[in-house]
Amino acid sequence: MKAAPFEYSRVADIDEACALLATDDGARVIAGGQTLVPMMAMRLARPTRLIDINRIAALSYIRLEDDALAIGATTRQSLVERSALVKETLPLLAHAVPHIGHAATRARGTVGGSIANADPAAELPLIAITLDATFNVRGGGKTSDIAARDFFVGPMVTALPEGAILAAVRFPVWRGDRIGVGFHEVNARRSDFAFVSAAAQVAMKADGTCERIAIGVGAVTDFPMRLDSAEQALQGTALDDDAVRAAVSQALAGIEALEDLHASATYRQRVAIKLATRAIIDAREHAHGRPPHAH
Amino acid sequence: MRIKLDINGTVQEVDTEPRTTLLDCLRDNLNLKGAHAGCEHGVCGACTVLFDGEAVRSCLMFAAQAEGTPIVTIEGVSPGPGELSPIQDAFCETHGMQCGYCTPAMVLVAHALLADNPNPKREDIVDAISGNLCRCTGYAQIIDAIALAAERLRGDNRPAELRS
Ligand code: FES
Ligand code: FES
Repeated sequence: MKAAPFEYSRVADIDEACALLATDDGARVIAGGQTLVPMMAMRLARPTRLIDINRIAALSYIRLEDDALAIGATTRQSLVERSALVKETLPLLAHAVPHIGHAATRARGTVGGSIANADPAAELPLIAITLDATFNVRGGGKTSDIAARDFFVGPMVTALPEGAILAAVRFPVWRGDRIGVGFHEVNARRSDFAFVSAAAQVAMKADGTCERIAIGVGAVTDFPMRLDSAEQALQGTALDDDAVRAAVSQALAGIEALEDLHASATYRQRVAIKLATRAIIDAREHAHGRPPHAH
Repeated sequence: MRIKLDINGTVQEVDTEPRTTLLDCLRDNLNLKGAHAGCEHGVCGACTVLFDGEAVRSCLMFAAQAEGTPIVTIEGVSPGPGELSPIQDAFCETHGMQCGYCTPAMVLVAHALLADNPNPKREDIVDAISGNLCRCTGYAQIIDAIALAAERLRGDNRPAELRS
């Protein structure tokens, strides 16, 4: 369990990192390293060079930028977990972060690292997809934005251009008095990989109907999915339990779910319907200022 | 490569390869064997150290990455030679260990928890140690140990009239 030899470069800014990445085909960027280091220990990854971006101070921040909360790529997950600003502006993210690994891995693991790693079961990609986050990418001296929906391409595969580095994630902030969120996941032990995860955020109107709704499901398909058809069906309704269940069941009816040793495709599909339903109902109750139902 | 590590309050220079994990560096270069090598891929928690006060897995970081950040290992928590920290004491008293393989890590996790939250609920303790495997105790005595240490560090086991 020892990594193969590699060169180590600690860089001071992101352009230096991009330049190094461009000159060395076998180079990889290391942020928190909580996935990459075990992969290297097992020699499933053998980078020739590690470009350590942990010391780039300009990549670690949480700040409001207009109508979005921007989080720098190397911001530790533990920092997000403790952030009052995140709790206030992105309650869905605040809900999900404690489910990422455990405290010791969140202390090192970064927001950008988890997103760039694109594990289908990871919480951060799910929240990014659900909230329509935008990824800010730097490469070749240029900065560009990629929408979360266009970023994830397959399990551990992203649309990040070659030689580019994820610099920040912008999560749109919903404003209003009746915003509610729900998050659920099922795994063998808390802190393990999710077999299924589901997230929902709703904005309710004073008359009790739903103004806006976003629903995401993770760990079931190659990358987290949005339940667009259920969102369309539920918008404008009071989000009654039966209507929610029906809309979610329909949205997940035809999917081809992942299957592995731990969970069959049918199990994943069945549980996804349950968890997404619960997440939406929780979000509705939360928006109305009521405690979550006992499901 | 030569790197400088700030371990238990002293800066030490070591000659190491980039691929050497902080865990291996502590054990092999610095002869600090208290961080235990269990799984070496981030699953068991036996290699936990305090990195800038936070419990992290030393097998999930290369030694070169640790340059300049204060690190505390189990060797650094006792107040003096032959003495134990209140948390270590509590582990002895409640039988918070059997074989001892997980123990240094459990003690350090407890240090990080109690520094952050002097009055943890039982769930907080369970959550704090949930990333650390113990194959012997069944965890109950470890939780008792941390609860006892918390109580003592708050001064709650003094006679009632002496409590502030
Ligand atoms: S040895 Fe580091 S987590 Fe097991
Ligand atoms: S005391 Fe043996 S592993 Fe915990």
